[in-house]
Amino acid sequence: MQYKMIVSTTVNGSAVDVLCEPRQSLLELLRDGLGLTGAKEGCNNGNCGACNVLLDGVLVNSCLVLGVEAEGRTVETVEGLAAGGKLHPLQQKFLEHAALQCGICTPGFLLSAKALLDQNPDPTEAEVRHWLAGNLCRCTGYDKIVRAVLDAADAAD
Amino acid sequence: MTTSTYKVIGSRPLRPDGVDKVTGRALYGADVKLPGMLHGKVLRSPHAHARILSIDLSAARALPGVRAVVTAQDLPLIGDQMADLGESTVNLRYVSNNILAHDKVLYYGHAVAAVAADNVHVAEEALALIKVEYERLPHVLDGKQAMLPEAPILLSDLRTNELGKIGDAPTNVASHLCHQRGDLAAGFAQADVVVERTFQTAMVHQGYIEPQTVTALWNEDDQLSIWCSTQGAFSVQEQLAELLQVPLSRITVTPTEIGGGFGGKINVYLDPVAALLSRKAGHRPVKMTMTRAEVLAGTGPTSGSHIRVKMGARRDGTLTAAEAELIYEAGAYPGSPVGAGCSVIFGPYRLENLQIDGYDVVVNRPKTAAYRAPGGTNAIFASETVIDELAEAVGLDPVEFRLRNAVREGDPRPDGPEYRRIGLVETLEAARTHPHYQTRLTGKHRGRGFAVSAWFNWGGKSSATATVNKDGTVNLIEGSTDIGGSRASIAMQLAETLGVAYDDIRPQVVGTAGVGYNDVTGGSRTTFGTGWAVYEVGKALLAEMGRRAADYWDVPAESVHAENGVFAHNGDRLTFRELAGKLDVPVTASAAVHPQGYGPGFGAHIVDVEVDVETGKVTILRYTALQDVGKAIHPSYVEGQLQGGVAQGIGWALNEEYIYDAQGRLVNASLLDYRMPTALDLPMIDTVLVEVPNPGHPYGVRGVGEVPIMPPAAAVANAIYQAVGVRMAELPMSPARMAAALAAQG
Amino acid sequence: MVPEHVVWIPAVHRDLTAGQAQVHVVAATVGEIVAALDGRFPGLAARLTHDNALRAGIVVAVNGEVSSRGLRQRLNRASEVHFVPAIAGGQIGSGQI
Repeated sequence: MQYKMIVSTTVNGSAVDVLCEPRQSLLELLRDGLGLTGAKEGCNNGNCGACNVLLDGVLVNSCLVLGVEAEGRTVETVEGLAAGGKLHPLQQKFLEHAALQCGICTPGFLLSAKALLDQNPDPTEAEVRHWLAGNLCRCTGYDKIVRAVLDAADAAD
Repeated sequence: MTTSTYKVIGSRPLRPDGVDKVTGRALYGADVKLPGMLHGKVLRSPHAHARILSIDLSAARALPGVRAVVTAQDLPLIGDQMADLGESTVNLRYVSNNILAHDKVLYYGHAVAAVAADNVHVAEEALALIKVEYERLPHVLDGKQAMLPEAPILLSDLRTNELGKIGDAPTNVASHLCHQRGDLAAGFAQADVVVERTFQTAMVHQGYIEPQTVTALWNEDDQLSIWCSTQGAFSVQEQLAELLQVPLSRITVTPTEIGGGFGGKINVYLDPVAALLSRKAGHRPVKMTMTRAEVLAGTGPTSGSHIRVKMGARRDGTLTAAEAELIYEAGAYPGSPVGAGCSVIFGPYRLENLQIDGYDVVVNRPKTAAYRAPGGTNAIFASETVIDELAEAVGLDPVEFRLRNAVREGDPRPDGPEYRRIGLVETLEAARTHPHYQTRLTGKHRGRGFAVSAWFNWGGKSSATATVNKDGTVNLIEGSTDIGGSRASIAMQLAETLGVAYDDIRPQVVGTAGVGYNDVTGGSRTTFGTGWAVYEVGKALLAEMGRRAADYWDVPAESVHAENGVFAHNGDRLTFRELAGKLDVPVTASAAVHPQGYGPGFGAHIVDVEVDVETGKVTILRYTALQDVGKAIHPSYVEGQLQGGVAQGIGWALNEEYIYDAQGRLVNASLLDYRMPTALDLPMIDTVLVEVPNPGHPYGVRGVGEVPIMPPAAAVANAIYQAVGVRMAELPMSPARMAAALAAQG
Repeated sequence: MVPEHVVWIPAVHRDLTAGQAQVHVVAATVGEIVAALDGRFPGLAARLTHDNALRAGIVVAVNGEVSSRGLRQRLNRASEVHFVPAIAGGQIGSGQI
């Protein structure tokens, strides 16, 4: 059996201490250690983006980050997007545009789109498509997702 | 009722499960967690074809943290037995052998053994300790080669079945089917132009983002509980009952939210294994989730195929004869979708003289499963490419050529029976006048392609129940897995029927314990079939509420009329809500339906491409999908079906394929190397919803999900021809294949 | 009055009918059609049926609609009858599971 370490980190604004095996990924830490199952495992090797979260504000595939790397850092997941009883504008626009069908890729897309808008509040369609190229969606053909992100950017103006 | 009177249908409300899905709260299969839960993993074959000589489990069992190990020996021994599982009939022995290999492994990735352990990592360590001794056998991957006399035989007992005529020699051809009409030779003799081409399409995967996952608990009293991501809880229940030889009543299947399916989440893979592990591990719950590599290597892709198409036309553009031969790779066990391919290959066209031959061939690849319009994409790629060539040969515009031959009400389908009211002509007219088609495309190495498709859709069985709450809201219980917004489209139909607001209906999807039988969410049937069920539920609720109103007013029930959610008798009136508040006996209603009036759907796609003649990369510049959707209940989700189908079709067209090495091992079992379209690969996908209401449904619904995946491959191929003058006959039209074709052209 | 139907012989079974594709049969049920066909073309019933039911994988379409009643399907009026592979209705594909 593997030994475990205590990881002290901040997840969605709350400080947490959590036991973690050194071989566990951040995705496993979030899902199994903290019960935050919003981040999804689609491929476990960084190709689908369903597990995307923000680590110190930087978009990462949480399946490619070790859980112990979260020590002393901040993690933002889909569970932290809605604040003060209100959906984040991206969440609202995804609903209005029917930008999800099965919904499994949605948490990852929301985090990727948030990371984009945080650094580029007024992206072009091409920039949105480029930024979201690391997130696979098999249901929508991306049309309504791209529109939702562009609309969310407009709404924030 | 005319469409203009609809109050709810045709609007675009938010989906009932939306907030849960954008906040990460929705529970999918892998999110299930039970007390004392173990984790299971599967050992898979490293060989394409081999006899299993021995399996030594001792070291795996001895590893600390391992709680159970199973092989095919733990499955009930099932003899040859044809089982009717929903819409298909299968030999259960083959199904069982696909779950865990019995005497032979038939493909790379075939499940051989499984372990349940305290966590996934220990389970994986245990797999490495299982020693399997194999005797390797020659393998065959290609359908055409598998038909040759010298090909290695996969299943020694297999004989060719020709609609009940059974062959007498060992073979890899599981079945041959044939549709024939008119006089083929006379038809071709009438033609001024005849085009004959052969095509090849690669095996491709459904590519849902959520891997297969299940949690099973086999109780001490032999009650089995299953939580899983599936397109149909009742189908899982039936499959498990057959495979484990357990009565249906002892199996409770609770569907979680599902992360995509596209036909690939109907068959069970892990479910019976997890159940066996749970029983063997002392009745502890066992969760099993596939890795992406396992999904690609071990779950149903759809058939690769070889297709020959020959068609003839007169100079005026009238088709005179058509002939096709379709060879579909079933994977390791019989059951490719070649039958559906045969049904749709000439589906859009009036043809007096035709012959279609289909062959279902086993090869050393994973057993295929349904994939959105199963068999259709392969077939339409072939036929629509030949149609395009014919149109050019007789000098007609591609849309005009198709209009001259388009099927209308009363024309026979390729497999015999007649079409009823269909909207192919309306869809073609809409394409011809669409700005995309009317705008000239300019630029070097650019071309425009066009293609159409037909799909027959499905009705299936649905049950639903609704209860009126005392505040006038309604709880709706349904059993159709919601993969793409169907809670909304179903609730909307109940709201429309009752004459109440959409927000007053709260739909819930439940499992086998909570509602009557429902077929799978598949075959483009849910909004049609389950929509019909809730229409019947609504009518029953209105009738009962009407009787209650009559009772309240103390008048004959016949004298009460209900309209737009108001019950009236002479001057008396009660709204649905007011009446609900006066009920002293609850009002609830159920309905179970098996509607047959599903209408075929037709799609027409226009695409502009640009070919990079140096690298062979094809870029999609513009895309428009038009489709007869019957009546769009929730237009946004109907558009989404078209857009998603197009994206998957473009995957077929340009990139997706199973690649094997010389030993028959799958070498691209990851989402990096199995290349599905990204946001960067696609433009916006414009849609036009043509509404020719289906007379076989109370609200005119036609299935919409499958039609749009079929035309893209042909449309793109036709566009490539316009761009660079090369006719592509092999999918995918990847940069490598394009570059080779361009080089061959000189 | 028992109606007369147009019955299409599946292409793969026309070896038994000397190539004939279509026959007229007077019958009250699909079962009676199969019996009448077998009288004229011996061996056809064994191809289409097993244990007094349509074989697995074969369904009957009456006037374009697949019948779940199989051989028991009543034919109250003159109909067009096709015996087709079970997937031909455009279902979710053959060989589920």
